[in-house]
Amino acid sequence: EKTKDSFFSKIGKAVLGKSTVDEEVLDELEEILVTSDVGVSTTLKIIERIENRVAKDKYLNASELNQILKEEIQALLEENNSSDFEQFNYSGKKPYVIMVVGVNGVGKTTTIGKLAHQLKEAGNKVVLGAADTFRAAAVDQIKLWGERVDVRVVSQGMNADPASVAFDTLQSAVANNEDIAIIDTAGRLHNKVGLMNELSKIKNVMNKVVPGAPHEILLVLDASTGQNAIEQCKQFTQATDVNALALTKLDGTAKGGVVIGISDQFKIPVKYIGVGEKMTDLQLFNKREFVDSLFKAN
Amino acid sequence: MFDNLQEKLEGAFKVLKGQGSITEINVAETMKEIRKALLDADVNYKTAKAFTDEVKQKALGQNVLTAISPGQLLTKIMNDELTLLMGGSVDELELKQNPTIILIAGLNGAGKTTFTGKLANYLKTQKNKKPLLVAGDVYRPAAIDQLEVLAGQVGAEVYTNRESKDPVAIALEGIVHAKQNGNNVVIVDTAGRLTLDEALMDEIAEVKKATNPHEILFVVDAMTGQDAVNTAKAFNDRLDFTGVVLTKLDGDTRGGAALSIKSVVNKPIKFVGTGEKMDALDVFHPDRMASRILGMGDVVSLVERA
Ligand SMILES: Nc1nc2c(ncn2[C@@H]2O[C@H](COP(=O)(O)OP(=O)(O)OP(=O)(O)O)[C@@H](O)[C@H]2O)c(=O)[nH]1
Ligand SMILES: Nc1nc2c(ncn2[C@@H]2O[C@H](COP(=O)(O)OP(=O)(O)OP(=O)(O)O)[C@@H](O)[C@H]2O)c(=O)[nH]1
Ligand SMILES: [Mg+2]
Ligand SMILES: [Mg+2]
Repeated sequence: EKTKDSFFSKIGKAVLGKSTVDEEVLDELEEILVTSDVGVSTTLKIIERIENRVAKDKYLNASELNQILKEEIQALLEENNSSDFEQFNYSGKKPYVIMVVGVNGVGKTTTIGKLAHQLKEAGNKVVLGAADTFRAAAVDQIKLWGERVDVRVVSQGMNADPASVAFDTLQSAVANNEDIAIIDTAGRLHNKVGLMNELSKIKNVMNKVVPGAPHEILLVLDASTGQNAIEQCKQFTQATDVNALALTKLDGTAKGGVVIGISDQFKIPVKYIGVGEKMTDLQLFNKREFVDSLFKAN
Repeated sequence: MFDNLQEKLEGAFKVLKGQGSITEINVAETMKEIRKALLDADVNYKTAKAFTDEVKQKALGQNVLTAISPGQLLTKIMNDELTLLMGGSVDELELKQNPTIILIAGLNGAGKTTFTGKLANYLKTQKNKKPLLVAGDVYRPAAIDQLEVLAGQVGAEVYTNRESKDPVAIALEGIVHAKQNGNNVVIVDTAGRLTLDEALMDEIAEVKKATNPHEILFVVDAMTGQDAVNTAKAFNDRLDFTGVVLTKLDGDTRGGAALSIKSVVNKPIKFVGTGEKMDALDVFHPDRMASRILGMGDVVSLVERA
């Protein structure tokens, strides 16, 4: 069984000839959600909400159930009080400063390249700060992205102090009258205290150049990550007040369901999704489409 | 996260305590908790189910000696079962050929290039080899530079061809270079790719076909969730890899993906990555992985307190 049955057809089979939602249907539902990385507790929460609803309106067919299910999951994504972002709009802050953080290899630098492209297309002057001065060839990588999307990159080379690079980037953004500055940071695992403290330092230094900066602290999560993403979110939020999420690599077979629990638990909205390696492969997150994709067969 | 599980297991084990043997009834609740613990550790849904069924079968009807509680017995059965599943013993690399060709494959950002550097370091310092690294990622910006920097850090040679966009040709050139240059191991780094990308999956299958590697190592992030089984299976279908490398184990993930991968492709896990530095590489220890997944340390202490 290479491609698994779509959820819809599975649910269809499970409810066939029945007038109520029974154990079998709920088991099916549990499997779908857990295998999308939604996690056991969030899955149970969703199932409970469904049970509450179907107890009232008894006669259900597969498509009605499907509808209820989607509504409940969307509701969980909505409880963080955010509607989907409609556009790249930064309400008058100049420069609007975005600091990008996350564990190793999730797609921070690539997301920055893609975001810079989008923002530039939308008519903004963008500058990037190469504050990952640690990972081999990280500075070269972001410089190449800068060339590719035709955006200026501020760097001090490898092994420079990342806070100093961030400081420089903002100073020159102000001097150059640029609209948006995006700061790359080195990947770091959230359980490494020293590295997390470094992040707070990078963050704090920016405030000295541009009051209120960074305005957006974007935590990048890899869609293929399992339950550890919750811990990532917790630790990065503690260190830096994360206020937006990006979910990358959604062009693969992983569903990224862990963001449902994260969104519910931490009240941080998912803002962007990555759907490929090209500069055009960044989209604004859309709840409805995301929930739909959970139920699509690979 | 784990405190919560501990509390629940404590309750579950209380039910078991004081009963002479393990029965369908007294084990049911505990099995449910264990299954949840496995899922929270990112063990695949089906794997977790199969595993708890197996443990239950082994446990049912066993008489509990006076010295050991049902909880302790269950813990032992689980630990044994998990260690067995993870592979009994340490699996060494096959290095007899000259040159030995090693192909590195995996998803984007898994840690392939870093591992390539670490493996070169390991082969130099532990196995007395003279490795050549081949820069076969022609897509990611600065992928070649990255490999060069890492090769420099470990003092290994590297073959690059910045003019070429053809990984098959580059790999073959690298092997020729190794033969001329007296390198007895060739490690071919490749671009990250998603399994849905047919063109890129075809490409790496071509690299394999052309170079006939002695080892093909599938590099996977230990934080991977439920998708680990799909990915491992898809790479294995195309490459029939010889071993798995689990990276980023210096994080706090339980790494249940390891168990899922083992059970779906049944290939040995050969190395684990435990940091960004070039010496942060360990050979794989099944028993350590088993206790990590189940947080067995915690479970054992829990049983001891009961
Ligand atoms: N298919 C796909 N690949 C992606 C996506 N986003 C990033 N990548 C790839 O993931 C890999 C890692 O991306 P990077 O941007 O270097 O990740 P990073 O978080 O900056 O990594 P470090 O700085 O080393 O921690 C690269 O191969 C990227 O091309 C995405 O949305 N889809
Ligand atoms: N903490 C930690 N970081 C690691 C480990 N292995 C790799 N990394 C980091 O993970 C990130 C991605 O590693 P790469 O080696 O670039 O991954 P890759 O698979 O070659 O990525 P692509 O070529 O883009 O697909 C980098 O920041 C590495 O430093 C590890 O064992 N522990
Ligand atoms: Mg980066
Ligand atoms: Mg690489």
